[in-house]
Amino acid sequence: MEKVDYDLIIIGGGPAGLTAGIYAARARLNVVLFEKLVPGGQILVTDWIENYPGFPEGISGVDLVGKMADQAKRLGLKIESNEVVSLNLSGKVKKINLDSGMVTAHAVILATGAHPRKLEVPGEDAFYGRGISFCATCDGPFYRNKTVAAVGGGDTAVQETLFLTKFARKVYLIHRRDKLRAAKILQERALANEKIEFVWNSVITHIGGSDGLDKIFVKNVKTGEEKELAVDGCFIWVGILPNTGFLGDSVKLDEYGFVIANNNMETSVPGVFAAGDGRNTPLRQVSTAVGDAAIAAFSAEHYIESLKN
Amino acid sequence: MSEGILEVSDSSFDAEVMQSEKPVLVDFWAPWCGPCKAIGPIVEELAGEFGDKVKFTKCNVDDNPVSPGKFGIKAIPTLIFFKQGKIVDQITGMVAKSKLEKSINGIL
Repeated sequence: MEKVDYDLIIIGGGPAGLTAGIYAARARLNVVLFEKLVPGGQILVTDWIENYPGFPEGISGVDLVGKMADQAKRLGLKIESNEVVSLNLSGKVKKINLDSGMVTAHAVILATGAHPRKLEVPGEDAFYGRGISFCATCDGPFYRNKTVAAVGGGDTAVQETLFLTKFARKVYLIHRRDKLRAAKILQERALANEKIEFVWNSVITHIGGSDGLDKIFVKNVKTGEEKELAVDGCFIWVGILPNTGFLGDSVKLDEYGFVIANNNMETSVPGVFAAGDGRNTPLRQVSTAVGDAAIAAFSAEHYIESLKN
Repeated sequence: MSEGILEVSDSSFDAEVMQSEKPVLVDFWAPWCGPCKAIGPIVEELAGEFGDKVKFTKCNVDDNPVSPGKFGIKAIPTLIFFKQGKIVDQITGMVAKSKLEKSINGIL
């Protein structure tokens, strides 16, 4: 067997990476997890999680991932704050270039997650932090008794819009279709909430304001009609993009940039596995991320075992 | 409160931040904000490394709404670097430690 720094390197410290770490640590692999920020990922901006089993009242994203990190550390997972800038996965020895230098391993689990997609309309960047937000739990309280817009129709958009109604006087929920895509229970709550005004079949064309954001321009995609809405803020939840840019062409990605992995979480490269939101998967939930991560760690363990024979 | 990071309020903001001889970093945060909790330890590490050259402070926007309002802050975490009472850099959202180090080195 070649000499390496670690049996296994896990890249990313969200629920997928931490779960893979729990399994790898219990398998007594020599494992390290690299996270460029702090453990958590997108779940840190999630207000409340009520579809992760074991928490009958639901649990905040921060608390849930905090427990996962504590559990992983207790079992001996080494978590390092370090950013992977590039990597070379083609050989038997996987080379990972960090901010602080190169490290090597037999196997790698990519658990790099995803980040929110932007609208890509004029004004969005200019007003980021001054009216544009991607995080209701962070910024919702700034809008007590204010009017805000929210964009999107999926689970995240509807869940977080409901959270905003705790603070805002009124929330326009702008969606490009004529019905929501979110889980039915969330749809029922949103449709029954008097603070939410739905703006169907519509997209934001640009965002304006003088000092801070004070208006958005909305176009009906069916009729072409355009209107201006006076709002104090605008929250954007229109899907996610994978954090896979640093991978280059080292593993096969799908057309949207998600890592392609099979049922055993094996990517196109032997010894490289993927799990979580950064993988091509039909459902991106905490529960699916941790399930996939357990399989990824299991597959990685077997792969490392096979190298010894 | 963590060592090396000074808690500033609406009433002490002018004296501690705007009138400071040293460059100042203000971490605008709130207890309700997950990413703020996440970025806190990174700011503490930076305070350990750059504490002699930069004054590290944090401002709880829940208790002190005037100061963030003055700078139009409607999203947190927001880190603002002040030099001689003027904003020289502003970063909103979670960012890697390396990016913050770069910002600090840029203003020194």
